[in-house]
Amino acid sequence: MTMTTGQAVITVAAVVLGTMLTRFLPFLLFPANKPTPKYIQYLGKVLPCAVIGLLVVYCLKDISLLHWPYGIPEAIAIGVTALLHWWKRNMLLSIAAGTLVYMGLVQFVFV
Amino acid sequence: MNQKRAALKAAFPYTLPICAGFTFLGLAYGIYMNSMGFSFVYPMLMSLLIFAGSMEFVTVSLLVSSFHPLHAFLLALMVNARHLFYGISMLDQYRGTGKKKFYLIFGMCDESFTINCYNDPPAGVDKGWFMFFVTLLNHCYWFLGSTLGGLLGSLIHFNTEGINFVMTALFVVIFMDQWFHQKEHVPAILGVVSSTICLVGLGSGSFIVPSMILILLGLTLLRGRLQKEEGIS
Repeated sequence: MTMTTGQAVITVAAVVLGTMLTRFLPFLLFPANKPTPKYIQYLGKVLPCAVIGLLVVYCLKDISLLHWPYGIPEAIAIGVTALLHWWKRNMLLSIAAGTLVYMGLVQFVFV
Repeated sequence: MNQKRAALKAAFPYTLPICAGFTFLGLAYGIYMNSMGFSFVYPMLMSLLIFAGSMEFVTVSLLVSSFHPLHAFLLALMVNARHLFYGISMLDQYRGTGKKKFYLIFGMCDESFTINCYNDPPAGVDKGWFMFFVTLLNHCYWFLGSTLGGLLGSLIHFNTEGINFVMTALFVVIFMDQWFHQKEHVPAILGVVSSTICLVGLGSGSFIVPSMILILLGLTLLRGRLQKEEGIS
C-alpha cells in the first residue's frame, strides 16, 4: 500500500460516489411523482431483454478464442446449463449443474 | 411481520445460487486484499458501501497506484454505466416501495437487479419486500464473504476456481426465461449482437459504454416497430 489512510479513504469515497451515481441517476432524473417521458417508458420495457444479453457477453469478456483452451470449458458449461434449463426449467438445478461442470473442467480437464 | 416473513421466505430460494457465488467470490476478494497488505477493514467497508464486485477488484489496483481521486470517480462511472439501464428498467417496479426504495437503489448490483427485474414472487407476497430481501440477502453474502476473507486471509486454502461461473449461469438462465416468456425477441438479439460486436472490435477493457450506446440506438430506431408489435405504449 502506497497511499496514506486519508488518501485511501478519499479514493474509496470517489468510487462509492461514482457507483452510486450510476444507480441513482435514473431515479433522480425521472422522479416517481412526475410523469415519465414516453420514450423512457418505452426503454424501461424493452431494455431488460437487451441488457441481460449484454450481461451474458460481459461475463464471457475475458475468454480468448485464439488461445488455449479457446473458450471450450465455457461453451460446454453453457451448453449443459442451457440444455438442462430448456428441459427442466429449474433455475437452481441449471445453475448448480452448469457451475459444477465448469469447475470440474477448469480444475481437472483444461488445466 | 407475517408479510415480511413471507417475503423473506419467497426471496431466499432465488438467492441460493448467489449465496454460493458471492460467499466464495467475496472470500477470494478479501483474501486478495489481505495478500496486498490491507487490513480486513478495507474489504469489509468496500463490500458494504460499493457493493459492485468487479469495481471492488478494480479499486484494489487503484489503491496501490498513485493518488488520483478524479480518475477513480470516472473509472467507477464507466465500469458501472450499465446500472443506468437497470435504473431505467426498474423505475416502475421500485415505485411505491416507500422507505425501502433508497436501499433497493443503493444495493442494485447485477445479481439483485436480475432477480428482481425478471421474477415475480408467488401470489400474496408483497413485491416490495420480496425485492428488499433479495437485495439484502445478496448484500449480506458478499459482505460476510469479503470480511471473512480479509480476516482469515492466507489461512484459507481451497480450490474454488471456476465458482464465478455461477454468475454466467444465472444470466444465461434468466436470458432463456425471458426468451420463453416474450414473443418479441428483437431486443434480446440486439443486446447480444451489439455487445459481441463491441467486445470483438474494442476489446474487453472498453466495450461496455459503446455497447450501451449501440443498444440504445437500435432500440430507438426500432421503436415504431416494437411498439406496434408488442402493444407497448
